[in-house]
Amino acid sequence: MKKQPLFELRDVTKTFGGLTVADHLNLHVDEGEIVSLIGPNGAGKTTVFNLVTGIYRPDSGEIWFEGQNIVGLPPHKITQLGIARTFQTLRLFLNMSVKENVMAAAYGHTRSTVVEAIFRLPRARREEREIAQLAEEKLAFFGDRLVGYRHDQQAYNLSYANRRRLEIARAMATNPKLLLLDEPAAGMNPAETAELTELIGRLRTEGGYTVLVIEHDMHVVEGISDRVIALDHGVKLCEGSFGEVCENPLVIEAYLGLQGAA
Amino acid sequence: MEAGEDRPRVGVDDWVASVETRKERRGGFAAIGRRVDALLPPWARLAIFAAFAARLPLWMDRGDLFAYGIFTLIYILLGLGLNVVVGYAGLLDLGYVALFGFGAYFYALLSSEQYGIHWPSWISIPLVVTSTALLGLVLGIPSRRLLGDYLAIVTLFFGQAFVVFVNAANPTVAGMGLTGGPNGIADIDPNDIFGYELVSRTQQYLFILGVVLLILIGLHFLSESRTGRAWRALREDPLAAEAMSMPVNRLKLMAFAFGAAIAGLAGCIFAAVLTAVTSGNFGLPILITIYAVVILGGIGSLTGVVLGAIVINVSFQFLAPENPQDNARYLFYGMIVLLLVLGVRPWWRLGVVFAGVVALGLVGHAVAGAIDSSWTSGAVVEGGRLAGVISDWVIIPSGHERFANAAYIALIVLVLTLTRVHGWWRTVVMIPTVYLSFIVWETSFVENPAVARWILFGALLVFLMTVRPQGLLGTPRVEIV
Repeated sequence: MKKQPLFELRDVTKTFGGLTVADHLNLHVDEGEIVSLIGPNGAGKTTVFNLVTGIYRPDSGEIWFEGQNIVGLPPHKITQLGIARTFQTLRLFLNMSVKENVMAAAYGHTRSTVVEAIFRLPRARREEREIAQLAEEKLAFFGDRLVGYRHDQQAYNLSYANRRRLEIARAMATNPKLLLLDEPAAGMNPAETAELTELIGRLRTEGGYTVLVIEHDMHVVEGISDRVIALDHGVKLCEGSFGEVCENPLVIEAYLGLQGAA
Repeated sequence: MEAGEDRPRVGVDDWVASVETRKERRGGFAAIGRRVDALLPPWARLAIFAAFAARLPLWMDRGDLFAYGIFTLIYILLGLGLNVVVGYAGLLDLGYVALFGFGAYFYALLSSEQYGIHWPSWISIPLVVTSTALLGLVLGIPSRRLLGDYLAIVTLFFGQAFVVFVNAANPTVAGMGLTGGPNGIADIDPNDIFGYELVSRTQQYLFILGVVLLILIGLHFLSESRTGRAWRALREDPLAAEAMSMPVNRLKLMAFAFGAAIAGLAGCIFAAVLTAVTSGNFGLPILITIYAVVILGGIGSLTGVVLGAIVINVSFQFLAPENPQDNARYLFYGMIVLLLVLGVRPWWRLGVVFAGVVALGLVGHAVAGAIDSSWTSGAVVEGGRLAGVISDWVIIPSGHERFANAAYIALIVLVLTLTRVHGWWRTVVMIPTVYLSFIVWETSFVENPAVARWILFGALLVFLMTVRPQGLLGTPRVEIV
């Protein structure tokens, strides 16, 4: 029998009024895989992320993660189970320091209560040390980009590329098994994009994360993906290796329009 | 991934990287807050405050200790509670003062002749604080769905409903009005420490100081804990906070309950030191004052709340009707001088303005006196030590009723002109403007002390907030970048 995938969408449908943004969607991600989700603008890629993380609730279908149906759980519970995401539109805690941004995300796997915090009881002190160490670790993942004096800078001081990196670091601090990256290379220059491609590979090898990534930059998609899934209008067009998906007539049609059509 | 020296440093923007250096260079008044933050660690600040505050009873008599000391501490306490809700969690709560009132009334019921109950503080205060926290939880329920101004309106209703309930509803319980209606509840027992009653003002002051210091320490630890960070994260972006494993709705309720607990504690203390509570104590003016304390100090900063409460209460009491008219006058002249010193650059231009104002005063007074002695024969109202100088220098006519109004309008015209001219012209126009403002003060405002005080208080707040929009010790917040 085939091994259970880490994460699976089973027949998920979501409509907004008359608009179907996810149409009987089936997809899965195995442990240790890097899977890319591609498709033209408005294909429903970010909707998939919002469904998975509990921000939207599917109209029908099931979402399984580690043998558990997570439909209906509030977003913070889903994150605590081990799914963390970044936001395409960057939603950092702008008026908090870089380090605090990452430390805040450790909330889900720490336990000390308000009373323990006020009286600085042993557990609160120990957890504080661990959280600070965790944050430094996650920020060090990005080389010299987010270390040293950056720790105490407010997040709004960061450049665009560094904000994207901080979003990833913050998601990592929730100790996830599955990382959902929403267009991590958007707004980056070619050199930064190349660096990011390398980084996503390291997320798996060094971080041990399984990664599902939405990306428009085909160089990135080609560079990182074990498997590519193409979506359009909430429907899965095809999936397979990068080469297979690229040559699929349905995908070409979705991106370029029907050949010979007026 | 090691970025070697020969590789171009992608993603490292020079302008962004030098933000802190540029901030360091910026000096002046705006830098004071940051220097306090950088030079003095929280412990040092707390120690300075404690050392200074503990000596206050040695320097002040009973009345002053009550007005300046005890009231400042109560404002600090209220500001600290509101700071948790508004400053940390970013929830605009306008019903806060009702929680303060609830705490005060509940304590009053448990410790007065109203029902003949006289419970000791070690039972009544924890009971009141817990009940207020629960009430805060109820008040926080709408925040699950509402944010910002919507939440403000709903909570404002709660605040108003409390005043109406206490004042008008006054339900009859056990044969008498529960809240005493407009008369409130009188003869409330003082707080006690396990039976030892705090009757003297010094004892009360030191007790409240101890409470404030303990709460400051606790809140400092709390704000540096996972809960504090989660509150701030939820203030910045609730959706991202939720997606980053923080239970946003529970955190909101926790913030409400926590702020309410502190308000309830402040209520117990307030009722005990005042020995009477009426609904008038818990209306909009006090709500606005607490907000002013938090905003002036810098939202989210504990030191800021302490500083804000000191500035607001001291200037409030300083300008109180019981105090001589002198105080308002000193503050007025002091503020004008301070504005000039801070606002006029370079220094020699400042010198020109000062010399010009003095000369204009002497000449103007002499000329006006030569035309007709009635122009300078007006009496200085409660001049105090400045009386001699003012009567020889500022034009105060007797009889000419329209003069005060004309001077007032001329002052407005001059101030408007001042905003439209630059360079030397500004310096020149400034001289008559300043002099005229003195005339207006001595002829119009001094006649209406109550109005003048409020205008002065307002001007002080406007001035402070214009110079430092983020509050005295707040960090400037960036919404969209």
